[in-house]
Amino acid sequence: MSTTRAAPASSSRRAAPERGRSGGDDRRLTWRNRLYRFDMRYMPYLMIAPFFLLFVVFGLFPLLFNAVVSLRNYRLDDPTLPYWAGVENFSRLFGDEDFWNALYNTFGIFLLSSVPQLLLALVVASLLNRKLRAQTWWRVGVLLPYVTPIVASTMVFSVFFSRDFGMANWVLGLFGLGGADDPIDWRADKLHSWIAIATMVNWKWIGYNALLYLAAMQSIPRDVYEAAAIDGAGPWKQLWRITVPMIQPVVLFTVILSTIGGLQLFTEPMLFDPNAQAATGGPNGEWQTIAQLIYKVGWKDLNLGYAAAMSWALFLIILIVAGVNYLVTNRLSGGRK
Amino acid sequence: MSAVAPPRPAPARRRPRLMGRAPQETQAGLWTYLFLALTMLFAAFPLYWMFVIATSDDEALAKLPPAIVPGDRFMTNVDEVFSLQDVYFAASLVNSVIVATVVTASVLFFCSLAGFAFAKLRFKGSNALMLFVVLTLTVPNQLGIVALYIVMGKLGWNGTLLAVIAPGLVTAFGVFYMRQFIVNTVPDELVESARMDGATTMRVYANIVLPAIRPALAVLGLLTFVATWNDFQWPLITLSGTDFPTSMVAISDLASGNYVIYRRVLAGAFIATVPLLVMLFIGGRQIVRGIMEGAVKS
Repeated sequence: MSTTRAAPASSSRRAAPERGRSGGDDRRLTWRNRLYRFDMRYMPYLMIAPFFLLFVVFGLFPLLFNAVVSLRNYRLDDPTLPYWAGVENFSRLFGDEDFWNALYNTFGIFLLSSVPQLLLALVVASLLNRKLRAQTWWRVGVLLPYVTPIVASTMVFSVFFSRDFGMANWVLGLFGLGGADDPIDWRADKLHSWIAIATMVNWKWIGYNALLYLAAMQSIPRDVYEAAAIDGAGPWKQLWRITVPMIQPVVLFTVILSTIGGLQLFTEPMLFDPNAQAATGGPNGEWQTIAQLIYKVGWKDLNLGYAAAMSWALFLIILIVAGVNYLVTNRLSGGRK
Repeated sequence: MSAVAPPRPAPARRRPRLMGRAPQETQAGLWTYLFLALTMLFAAFPLYWMFVIATSDDEALAKLPPAIVPGDRFMTNVDEVFSLQDVYFAASLVNSVIVATVVTASVLFFCSLAGFAFAKLRFKGSNALMLFVVLTLTVPNQLGIVALYIVMGKLGWNGTLLAVIAPGLVTAFGVFYMRQFIVNTVPDELVESARMDGATTMRVYANIVLPAIRPALAVLGLLTFVATWNDFQWPLITLSGTDFPTSMVAISDLASGNYVIYRRVLAGAFIATVPLLVMLFIGGRQIVRGIMEGAVKS
């Protein structure tokens, strides 16, 4: 029986020369063949199994289970409520002023951060794309903000944007804006707090995006630029007419990335607030984002069911906005279709 | 066509002067350096200033023009941070090292294993499973955070480092990145010939694949370590209020309360940032390459 089983495997190149030896070797051979067959057939699955197992348990399952939780009354402080809530958590969403306010803030901060971020990244990338001395060091340098913990940098910017003695107001004062007599209170209204938070986001991600653009720019064939000489395109025109359309896939990629990241903004608005633990994003929710509101609803108000419903809403919003941004960018950056 | 254009095809591949030259071949001028230097200043100044305040007394934050040179109180501030009772700063640094190290090691091992299988082994369903990996790349994991908290509660892991480590153990990006790298750098013939010599799949992985992908391991390792070290939202949810914060949670604890002492906060922030700056200094080349490679391939 063992010989028949070994037959298909022994026709393989590895086992073939070992044939026709003594009986003891034969038994070892079949054992080896089984091992070989197991190795060929099942080893690949064993190798990908840890990834899928861990990913399903801690990544995919929570995401799906979130849907169940969103249909439940899940309050950490009141387990006596009826198990199912139906769509109550979702219908409550529509009348929830906090939610619409947070949505408004999230979009505001997103616009103020993503647009300048990507435009400046383009400019920085086109500068890095020149022949530079100490090329590597410039590239490493723009990554300083990328490796800096957002928690740490937000603390620094929080101080920059303080009303009295803040660096931001002092610099603006040098240009005759605000100044010591009439300092800007960066935490007093929506627009100013949005600008402050957007500045942190821009600071963090310009260099990273610039490197993504740079990588794409370097793979543009050189003759494309030679051809453009005929029209006498200067560097600025070159950037917009040739470079950007040529790196369009990466531009779209960064737009999607910054949409996904920007709409989930959490750390910056949390720690910009001197009263961070409350997670209200300012005394009147001036800069409370959706991610922050989810945190507040879930872990301050202890209403996990409602927080789960909000997460789903955010997911949908991200999908829609990412789709719209994709189409818009596709148009603006010279897509052919 | 204007008169300046050279006759085409140019016989000696001479390029037109100034215009029409690819940016990569244009020598950077004064303005380029000036603007890049400004960018550098913008990137580095908050870090420098973090150090300035971390080394100063309270006065430094209450004067105009703002303090711009470091003071001499770094050790005093650091001592204060470490001796604060309910912040557990020293423990938090150890915790961050544990979490980031375990997560990085795990991501490197499991993602390179799976990446190798997807790149070089033939098995049923491999295409569909790889597509699944690619699709999950774009799913924002933050959205399952409520359910993750409940799952961790059922496991009894909330408030422990396990809750922070477990969700980071593998990443779809890691598998994707490893697969791409292995496809491009490990020749099929090498795998085949090792097979013919009787090497098992695991032996091929250990003796051929691992040595060949060392650069990619360095890149993925650095990126994973940085991301894990800096993670805030999930550790805050599951660890805040316990004696086991990560350093990011500890810093946010430093900054809570009615009267925040920023020289302490920024001293703590500075200490938690230094390891990453050192990594950027040593592995900057790899990090840059990793980000740029990821961009071209995706």
